[in-house]
Amino acid sequence: MSDSNQVGSLQVRGVSKYFGEFRAVNDINLDIRNGEFLTLLGPSGSGKTTLLMMIAGFLGITKGDIALDGSSITDVPAEKRNFGMVFQGYALFPHMSVRDNIGYALSVRKRPVSEIKNRVDEMLDLVQLNDFADRKPGQLSGGQQQRVALARALCFAPPVLLLDEPLGALDKKLRVEVQEQLKDIHRRVGTTFIYVTHDQEEALSMSDRIVIMRDGAIEQVGTPKELYERPINEFTAGFLGKSNFIRANGKIFALRPEKIDLQLGTGHPDARSSGVVRSVTYFGSMHRVIVDTGGGDEIEVDIDVWRNSESLSAGDSVDLLWNDAAAVELQTG
Amino acid sequence: MNALTKHMHPGWLIIAPLLALVTLLYLGPILNILWLSVTDPEPGLGNYAKLGESDALLRIVWTTVRICIITTLFSVTLGYSIAYAMVHCHQRQKSYMLTLLLVSFWISILVRTFSWLMLLGRKGLVNVTLEDIGLIAEPIAFMRNELGVLIGMIHYMIPYAVLPLLVSMQSLDTRVMDASRNLGASGSQTFWRIYLPLTTPGLVASTLLVFILSLGFYVTPAVLGGGKVLMVAEYISVQLLVTLKWGTAAMLAALMLFGVLAMLWVMSRFMKLSTVFGGAAR
Repeated sequence: MSDSNQVGSLQVRGVSKYFGEFRAVNDINLDIRNGEFLTLLGPSGSGKTTLLMMIAGFLGITKGDIALDGSSITDVPAEKRNFGMVFQGYALFPHMSVRDNIGYALSVRKRPVSEIKNRVDEMLDLVQLNDFADRKPGQLSGGQQQRVALARALCFAPPVLLLDEPLGALDKKLRVEVQEQLKDIHRRVGTTFIYVTHDQEEALSMSDRIVIMRDGAIEQVGTPKELYERPINEFTAGFLGKSNFIRANGKIFALRPEKIDLQLGTGHPDARSSGVVRSVTYFGSMHRVIVDTGGGDEIEVDIDVWRNSESLSAGDSVDLLWNDAAAVELQTG
Repeated sequence: MNALTKHMHPGWLIIAPLLALVTLLYLGPILNILWLSVTDPEPGLGNYAKLGESDALLRIVWTTVRICIITTLFSVTLGYSIAYAMVHCHQRQKSYMLTLLLVSFWISILVRTFSWLMLLGRKGLVNVTLEDIGLIAEPIAFMRNELGVLIGMIHYMIPYAVLPLLVSMQSLDTRVMDASRNLGASGSQTFWRIYLPLTTPGLVASTLLVFILSLGFYVTPAVLGGGKVLMVAEYISVQLLVTLKWGTAAMLAALMLFGVLAMLWVMSRFMKLSTVFGGAAR
């Protein structure tokens, strides 16, 4: 079944999932390219996990069709889809050794023992767990368990790997480390990765493309840079990074805090706005300055620490400057 | 041990009287029984030696063990399917099933035993009906034999078999089964390789519970066996109340106690008993 000519592009056509009256996923169209690292990003309840579960085959589709390389898999049961999956919380088999966990997919396919052993050894190399092959999952740390789950899902060389918030259980420092490893493994195996997360930093740093979802629908699709630089609406701009929203002439613009310059005193010839500093917060690499521009409006400005904003304090009057290109016009309504 | 007393929680002081009372009330009678078994009617192991001398005694012990094994086998197997069905059906049906299960605990064993007699006796509902529609000429002997005892005991034991299994199945992470399917395992592969091994502690707990409870069965064999199926518990009561051979009775009781302890010991060689009795698995 797992033919080598499968390349792993997915076509999602008008897919919907209703739970009674509730529309968890509503008319999604998405082309996932072979070998890409695609992230489904959204707050909880946005339908990203539901979509992933439909791709995996654990949830039926109310309407629409999902195809792998052009041929529909909508009616193929989960165990015949040959998609690897890393579950939230990993779902390792607690009674089996790391080796048996990783070899499970080949073992249920009744492959010869020697083949399984060689392939598992390869996988152990890939995730650097050779010394832990005979341990039980309960004897491993969270990061190691995560790698076992990854190796188990990749062992049978699936065309597509689905990852459901795989780093959610790890602490922040470990998470950054594992992100690097995941990216590296993605480059080496070349499999299509579909990655679900609600962590925007994770999405930005790892993905080839990001799909931003809200309320069961897609808000915007694009590369991390496209989405960050050119968000199309307030939701995308606010969800991916921080953003100020500036209303002018019935239009609305998104303005990233780090793209604003701040000058002490008023009367600068190029000033786009001015106001009074309400607070200055030290964040190590930068200062976050909140400026009251009058009428209850606030603008957030991030200033590099090397500019030494020690002198800046609440109550100071400041001018705000930015390039026209920095302010991105958003769709309204 | 030293470290234990040093760091003893003051709460122990509060429960100490209760602990002492329970220890006294449990250990006292048990030691008394053990004492009786080697002193009545005369000091020595004479009571235990009777096991080797009397075929009748051995037969009673063997009947008991055989009936208990068959009862356990059927109760646990049926209990496993019931628990599985309960875990996998809708919440609403599950609460109905749980209610029915609990109701069966409230009905006295006497009532349940006599109901079987009314259903399956010579003049019971089943035999009369079958005779009336002409399927059989003679009533089928369901009762007053070992079959009757087994029917009654299995029926009584199934709810006990279900509960530990239910707990064990409910605590399973269903994503593990999803993972197995996702990796290409068929339903039966997932069951044999993942589901069954992960519910083994529950299976062992259920087996131990049913077997140990069955060992002491008294009412059901007495009523449904019709005097033809003599199990240890009934024999003990005869020794106590009729023939007044308390030494033999105590010996048999001690034998059952040691049998159960030996079983637990054998189990503990294969798995951590704490996992069976609901302790943490790791």
